[in-house]
Amino acid sequence: MTAPLLRVDGLTTVIHGGSSPLRAVDGLSFDIAAGETFALVGESGCGKSMTALSVMRLLPEAGEITGGRVELQGGNLLALPESRMRDVRGHRVAMIFQEPGLSLNPVMTVGDQIVESVRRHTALRGDAVAARVLELLDAVRMPDAKRRAAEYPFQMSGGMKQRVMIAIALACDPALLIADEPTTALDVTVQAQVLDLLRELQQSRGMAMLLITHDLGVVAQVAQRVAVMYAGQIVETAPVDAFFAGPAHPYARKLFASLPERAGRGRALAAIPGTVPRLDRVFAGCRFAERCEVALPQCADTLPQWHEAGRDHAVSCHLYGSDERGAMSDERMTEPPASSSSSLITHRSSLLEVEDLKVWFPVRKGLLQRTVGHVRAVDGVSLAIAPGRTLGLVGESGCGKTTVGKGLLRLVEPTGGRVVIDGDDFLALRRGELRRRRRDVQIIFQDPYASLNPRVRIGDALEEGLLALGVGADAGWRQSHIDGLLAEVGLAPDVKSRYPHEFSGGQRQRIAIARALAVEPKLIVCDEPTSALDVSVQAQILNLLKRLQRERGLSYLFISHNMAVIEYMADEVAVMYLGRIVEQGLVGEVLRAPRHPYTRALLAAVPVADPRQQRAAIRLHGDLPSPQDPPAGCHFHPRCPVALPQCSVEYPGEKSWSATHRVCCHLRD
Amino acid sequence: MPVRIELLWSDLAVWLLVAGVIGLVLYTRGRPHLGAPWMKVGRSASGMAAATVLAAFVLVGLLDSVHYRSALPPQDGKPAWSTELRSLLDRVLEPLRAKREKTYSAPLATHLFAKETLQLPDGSEGRVYPRLRHGGAHLADPQADRARDIAVKSLRGLSLALLLWFAVAIVVSAMVARRNGTDIEAAWREVWAGHTPLQWRAVLCALGVLCLFAGPVAALAPHYHVLGTDKVGQDVLYQALKSIRTGLVIGTLATLVTLPFALVLGVMAGYFRGWVDDVIQYLYTTLSSIPGVLLIAAAVLMMQVYVENHPELFPSTEIRADVRLLALCVILGITSWTGLCRLLRGEVLKLRELEYIQAAQAFGVSRWRIMMRHLTPNLMHIVMIALVMDFSGLVLAEAVLSYIGVGVDPSMTSFGTMINGARLEMAREPMVWWSLAAAFVFMLTLVLAANLFADAVRDAFDPRLIVAGARA
Repeated sequence: MTAPLLRVDGLTTVIHGGSSPLRAVDGLSFDIAAGETFALVGESGCGKSMTALSVMRLLPEAGEITGGRVELQGGNLLALPESRMRDVRGHRVAMIFQEPGLSLNPVMTVGDQIVESVRRHTALRGDAVAARVLELLDAVRMPDAKRRAAEYPFQMSGGMKQRVMIAIALACDPALLIADEPTTALDVTVQAQVLDLLRELQQSRGMAMLLITHDLGVVAQVAQRVAVMYAGQIVETAPVDAFFAGPAHPYARKLFASLPERAGRGRALAAIPGTVPRLDRVFAGCRFAERCEVALPQCADTLPQWHEAGRDHAVSCHLYGSDERGAMSDERMTEPPASSSSSLITHRSSLLEVEDLKVWFPVRKGLLQRTVGHVRAVDGVSLAIAPGRTLGLVGESGCGKTTVGKGLLRLVEPTGGRVVIDGDDFLALRRGELRRRRRDVQIIFQDPYASLNPRVRIGDALEEGLLALGVGADAGWRQSHIDGLLAEVGLAPDVKSRYPHEFSGGQRQRIAIARALAVEPKLIVCDEPTSALDVSVQAQILNLLKRLQRERGLSYLFISHNMAVIEYMADEVAVMYLGRIVEQGLVGEVLRAPRHPYTRALLAAVPVADPRQQRAAIRLHGDLPSPQDPPAGCHFHPRCPVALPQCSVEYPGEKSWSATHRVCCHLRD
Repeated sequence: MPVRIELLWSDLAVWLLVAGVIGLVLYTRGRPHLGAPWMKVGRSASGMAAATVLAAFVLVGLLDSVHYRSALPPQDGKPAWSTELRSLLDRVLEPLRAKREKTYSAPLATHLFAKETLQLPDGSEGRVYPRLRHGGAHLADPQADRARDIAVKSLRGLSLALLLWFAVAIVVSAMVARRNGTDIEAAWREVWAGHTPLQWRAVLCALGVLCLFAGPVAALAPHYHVLGTDKVGQDVLYQALKSIRTGLVIGTLATLVTLPFALVLGVMAGYFRGWVDDVIQYLYTTLSSIPGVLLIAAAVLMMQVYVENHPELFPSTEIRADVRLLALCVILGITSWTGLCRLLRGEVLKLRELEYIQAAQAFGVSRWRIMMRHLTPNLMHIVMIALVMDFSGLVLAEAVLSYIGVGVDPSMTSFGTMINGARLEMAREPMVWWSLAAAFVFMLTLVLAANLFADAVRDAFDPRLIVAGARA
């Protein structure tokens, strides 16, 4: 076997600051062969990004590499002086980051930024540089490369910026490309484009790639070998097929089990209790032991050794030790109990009925601030939710799904339409009446860090709604009510006197749920409640939401861009594109037999956590158009692979495919 | 001797402020998230050194804020009180205050600065530099003894000061030892290694430097005019020390006056937006376009006319000067809230879109309550930073205003009036430099300490720096 391109051996990186240093990366070893795509998977806080930054020697001020070797083509990078290291970066190893908007200089044209990299690392000068820039932009399939090279980053969408970043990274044909969550900030359809691009570039150029991601779907699509990282260490390495066929480490198994797409709809997700441990303490045994359901006695005090779990498949777990071999049978992995969700489709009258909801934001220009146009964030949306049911609202970012949620709570004042809740039109209420009726509808937000006021104690935050709505006459009743709520979301009553900064993201989201529940609403708008959380924590929150719905008969408007989560949570689905609903129906109808080309493309773009199952690729081109100036006719026609001539003329009317399944499209197959 | 304590308006304001600060400290004690940034200030060496120097200034200012009248022999059986209003500082500095010379004398001089025609011991008249009445009066032969006397006295003062400093250091170590449960020796080593959570080393160093100056000065002051005397023979050191209160009062009260305007208007503009925002923006844009000095001059003159027309309301010169000082604070405050207001408006525009604000709106929490409970506490770091940074600017503004004659009352000592009084003598040959130099050095020290402290506070409170610090 030839020597690997990159060999990392015993890499240890600590971050100073705080009471004791954090061992973010602790004795990490892996190899990447030339032309291979190696994926590093794990939850946030596992040290994935620190590994990448250590390899590039781009650690933040407080970070320090305290041990190990990083060999690139045989030479130790950690021994190089900084001046030589600059030649390595960009030239032999290039890196792309998660947030393309932050990686580009906003005051330079993208062409100039590529030129910079070309000049730094190659001998090209003059016209040859310009030619090379166009070649690179073509290579990343930037449409209209010549014009785009003269544009500034703000004129481009996220997907295009990421293409520019890749072009800069490719400028001097690096042997290794490090991609740190390259598609996390992008929408699924754009993510699919970028992943395709990365895979093609990697194959055509024979470039090795270190892909860092938390998304098992992305791994299955792109990678050839996988390493699972937990708490600063690699716990399992395997070829991608073997890994997806049978993950060996209990942590990896749990990660799969907590994916909503793997679970049946009626079953609870397998959540991993707790969170990743803090890395500033000394571990005696396996780091996963305290969250592991199949932990053995020696897990707590003995470091696990590496064991073979298959060809090329190694795992660091006591269960695979010689005397324990075979102990890891599937029976030992306790299956989550199936919940009896006998979803009786009894169509009672709707709890919420939204008719033709419009939220337009005026665009003002000129000296007198005259309104010259409108951003039609929501443009005629109609929905209905029955008591105790969940409607999933899906769409890419910028399609207006969050605005629908805020509009029906009147957090954003709608421009027109009706929102009927329990027979009353919410939009017609005056301020005083509205404040009283706010009890019926509550909202849970996406960002658990922004949804709690850092200066207000948890108990006071939960009491606020009760006080404002006049629920519960005396303080004693309120306090016992709050204790009950906290118990219901799985928190101890003593959290009441603590401040939000002491809690993790998942715990904060539980608190936010308890806060919404405090006033006993009938409907909760869940605005991407799990998209900022790790999969294992996401599973905890989804289970909680499901249980609450069962016990309290709540209705949810569940807004998400994550198809798998919607599929798991929703009874009905509505797909939104550019302020309008293009398809809605029961979850089985819309997700199993989609009728609208956009729904189909959206579903095809979702990376599936199974390398054998590649869906037929329907790749959308371009990005979401601006809602200020939507395309004439069907909004989707410029990106539609099957557009008809009439699509560019007339917005299609709603057609029913079944009693519940309605689609807005001219196609009639 | 019986005394009658009298509370001037500015004294009242100062002591209310002190009470407020003590109240805030007590409130913070039970809330670790509020105390944490202050602990961070405590870890900053430059911040703690600056705080020590500031504390010395504040101590002088507070001593100067307790005013009283001493009793006179009773007249017609009724108790009578002195017409002169003294402060505790005056009492401490009594020797400096009382020992007036005829006119200018240089620092540590034994003779006047100007020649006078005197009758000489032999009976003839001649133009000589006369001996000072107080400065070096104890010396028989000033020419021969002065240098030695000064050296001996300053050494004595220095050694006493160092002893005092050493005692303080021991007390600090004992406190650290008690908190850590170790012995004093270990605590001493820990203090000097800089490992204590509060940077006692910086405090002790700053205190040491202060002692280095204060010791000799204190030893010399009863016998000499350490910083010379001014035109009417008053001790410049005394004036400089009296100016500290004026500077501190202006700096703190004027900043406090800016607060309600900036906070209320800034939060309203940011939260309500629309026409409220337009009106408030219009207001502060207009206000900041008017030349501040003109506005202040006009307001001060109006105040002066009012005071002169109503002598019954303001019975003594001290009270008149004091009212003018307060008026100046208010006017300075009213003209300088725009910067902070603009900052707060921007921050509120950002905060109002945050999800916890929207969650509160979804509960139907009233708008005022959202502003009070959710917005204002999250603006406090900006307010804190702006307050300490504005302080030094206002101290300097007072000096400028007093220099051009629209500042404090001429009868009130301040850095500005000292500079104003000294400016004409700069052209004199040989130059009378000490008034100006004294005002300069004191003001520089005060403002520099305030700025360094402000830096430390900003580092501790600025959330962006906290994030960087967490990574660092």
